[in-house]
Amino acid sequence: MIVGQNVRKVDGVKLVTGRPAFTDDIQMSGMLIGKILPSPHAHARIRRIDTSKAKALAGVHAVLTYQDVPRVPHTTAGQAWPEPSPYDTYLLDSKVRFVGDRVAAVAAETRAIAEKALALIEVEYEVLPAVLGIEEAMAPGAPVIHDEPDSTKIYDRSRNIAGYILREIGSVEAAFRECDLIVEREFRTGRQQHCPLETHVTIAWVDPDGRLTIRSSTQVPFHARRQVAMILQMPVSQVHVIKPRIGGGFGGKQEMLLEDICGALALASRRPVKIEFSREEEFYMARSRHPQILRMKMGVKRDGTFLASQMTVAATTGAYGSHSTTVQGNTGSKVLPLYRVPNMRFECHVVYTNAPVAGAFRGYGCPQGFFAQETVVDEIAERLGMDPLALRRKNMIGLGDVDRLSAQLGEGREGLPRVMRSCGLPECLDRGAAAIEWERKRATPPGKGPVKRGVGMSCSMQGSGIAGVDWATALLRMNEDGSFFLHVGASDVGAGADTVLSQIAAETLGVSLDKIVITSGDTDTTPFDVGAYASSTTIISGGAVKKAAEKVRVKVLEVAAGLLATPVERLGWGDNRVYTLDDPPKSVSMTEIALQAMYKDKMQIMDGASHFNTDSPPPFCATFAEVEVDTETGKVRVLHLATAVDPGTAINPMQAEGQVEGAVAQGMGYALTEELLLDDAGRPLNANFLDYKIFSAMDMPKLTTILVETEEPLGPYGAKSISEVPINGPAPAIANAIYHATGVRMRKLPMRPEDVLRELRAVRVPEGELVGV
Amino acid sequence: MRQMHSKAMHSRMMQIRLTVNGQDVGWTIAPGDLLLDILRREGYFGVKRGCEKGECGACTVLINGKAVNSCLMFAAHAEGCDVLTIEGLAEGDRLHPLQEAFLDHGAVQCGFCTGGMILNAKALLDRNPDPTEEEVRAVMAGNYCRCTGYEKPVEAVMALSRGGRE
Repeated sequence: MIVGQNVRKVDGVKLVTGRPAFTDDIQMSGMLIGKILPSPHAHARIRRIDTSKAKALAGVHAVLTYQDVPRVPHTTAGQAWPEPSPYDTYLLDSKVRFVGDRVAAVAAETRAIAEKALALIEVEYEVLPAVLGIEEAMAPGAPVIHDEPDSTKIYDRSRNIAGYILREIGSVEAAFRECDLIVEREFRTGRQQHCPLETHVTIAWVDPDGRLTIRSSTQVPFHARRQVAMILQMPVSQVHVIKPRIGGGFGGKQEMLLEDICGALALASRRPVKIEFSREEEFYMARSRHPQILRMKMGVKRDGTFLASQMTVAATTGAYGSHSTTVQGNTGSKVLPLYRVPNMRFECHVVYTNAPVAGAFRGYGCPQGFFAQETVVDEIAERLGMDPLALRRKNMIGLGDVDRLSAQLGEGREGLPRVMRSCGLPECLDRGAAAIEWERKRATPPGKGPVKRGVGMSCSMQGSGIAGVDWATALLRMNEDGSFFLHVGASDVGAGADTVLSQIAAETLGVSLDKIVITSGDTDTTPFDVGAYASSTTIISGGAVKKAAEKVRVKVLEVAAGLLATPVERLGWGDNRVYTLDDPPKSVSMTEIALQAMYKDKMQIMDGASHFNTDSPPPFCATFAEVEVDTETGKVRVLHLATAVDPGTAINPMQAEGQVEGAVAQGMGYALTEELLLDDAGRPLNANFLDYKIFSAMDMPKLTTILVETEEPLGPYGAKSISEVPINGPAPAIANAIYHATGVRMRKLPMRPEDVLRELRAVRVPEGELVGV
Repeated sequence: MRQMHSKAMHSRMMQIRLTVNGQDVGWTIAPGDLLLDILRREGYFGVKRGCEKGECGACTVLINGKAVNSCLMFAAHAEGCDVLTIEGLAEGDRLHPLQEAFLDHGAVQCGFCTGGMILNAKALLDRNPDPTEEEVRAVMAGNYCRCTGYEKPVEAVMALSRGGRE
């Protein structure tokens, strides 16, 4: 078996030896450096822009403003066509909508000359009133951010509402009247930035055939190709996008962010052009997680039966609506159905503000939703005097259940019902609880000194690909040494897709892993794939690889049948050979089969397959946190974080664990330290790693990672997904642990020492509204 | 005008000699050039640009055996130094034990921070072959990683500490 083995990454050697594998690891003769002039104002109209001095500077080869480029409304969200996100963005525009918005772009011989050229561009702005807060942006009389007439798919531009969602199952209003206990709370979440170690970087050039070639740090090469072609008004066939090794994406690169402007500069200068975000630019000119205000209301019977849950969200997408309704839709559709609740209501406004743009980010709306829901569930358990695990076990979704909310709430369209065909959640609870010693620690007093200890937990789920939307293709071709070229459009951005897909191909073909040579994520040489997002690659691209390998295996067996003079039904395969089921068996090697096919039969053994699913099987997760709270300083230290995840089967358990560990590190940052702060004028205050604190090796607590494997019928070899779901757990588990330690409910992220201290000092208000108990 | 500009530039250029990955090299540089930029100009792409402020450690190289953020060092200061980049760690096709350990322990995800992490760990193990996990974590706090949560990289380094090998 190769599936299920901890094989080394197939691209590992080149990464540990530092070989040139990333976008920027090439030198092209004559390559120019592109720079973008960022808006200094959160909201302004460009009254006059004069680029003559910049153009006259020696070494400058192109300067572009809105006057020089086509005006094509589009979204930067790298989504399947037709993208559900509003078409509200322009290559360059005469209006700027956040600090960091594009004003102009230059291409020059060196970075120094490019920076000097930016300084020489004279811009006269008419500064407009800016709006940064979610409530303020929706208030009557607020400045209208998208007053341009040609943008489309905006829900209500006059009120700055990019998107609106309302879905209800049953009647929560009626159900709340039947409840013995109702808890309703408000939550606020922060603006987290992806912080990939490799910032966004793109190199574009016109190839000798006149085609635009774009080498880019992207999760979505095929969507980027389609979008660039539309924006630059070229045929798709004249654009070639190459995704080399990528230094982390986390959703931030599910975005066509630099490819269009870099391509425009390459076309204008007829020279190769590179644009690379500095770390500071990455913080505020790239994307972030959507900040939300959530009101979570849940009603239960005295015995703990959930009757109604209602989530009301106001979120901001910043200045542009990238992934606006889809991220927020997931806040409802992937969170509320975790419990079997007969009455559910989800309402959401996604609001424009003059703030940096939010977009896709690992978890895709779920970290916000689970923070609210799992904190309220913890509070309900406490009010009812029940163990939080027992309350969850009583209500959580299980095998055979149907999630009806997903049917109502697809990504930007009607969705499909989700049927639970595999569910390891009960075992996740059991094993996570054992790892953290739940019962003993819940019964342990928090301590007499100023430093208190507590434990808390949360549950979550996600999806595996977007049902009925995500699809992928794989091609396989046999070489005469018995090896296979595997061509996939899938985009390994560091999470190990190339390895997992190679394992699936090797397993299906019965060959060793070294016989699979993978090429991925190149729009010229690999077939279509939507890209790396929505936890789709293993299940969707992996499904395509398995199908393609099965088709190729049929052809291999046919040739082998001739060589072995044995019917195909009497053949087996494995260890780079095909053998007869006789005793003793006869066999031929893959090499002999390939030589026969190619040089005797004159036939290339090759085939391909596309794959999609009409369901999105959820991976499940239970997260347990033990924390220490210093009640004198407000400092929260996580001592132990245990995460038990059901990913279906793990194609590569070591890589799967790595996904969990990386996700919880980001999740703890989201919970405790990470937030991009803006001043009153919308300018970033902490756009660097010193002031925006991500977790280091020293900040990490003890981690326990438990894979609870199940068998998913819709996944290749039973696999679902794993990369996103564990990021949902830390924030609510830590908040619940803080409550266990101190009796203080944290309902705002991040939970920095000053925030915790403020809550500790606040006057305690009575908790909950208990009716008739 | 353009000629004068490049002439002025040229007069400020300087020559330095140093050793990179065991080979003597001569560079023509400007006094203000950063070691990171020159290493990448010279084709040592394993040295990564992550923040240019000495915060992330992706550009870590060893200077005379000590781990240094090459974005914080003038190239001119490398005159006469022995510089090791991640490209110079393996001997031909034979990987360094740390590189093997990173692969075996699944400590590599995107790989962007990996070179700096491995060099930093090498410098630690060279001066202290038996570090505790706490010491490993304290040193590796200089290398931000957004993919792994540090668990497997720390495991990989600990596997090579004297205690780990016994």
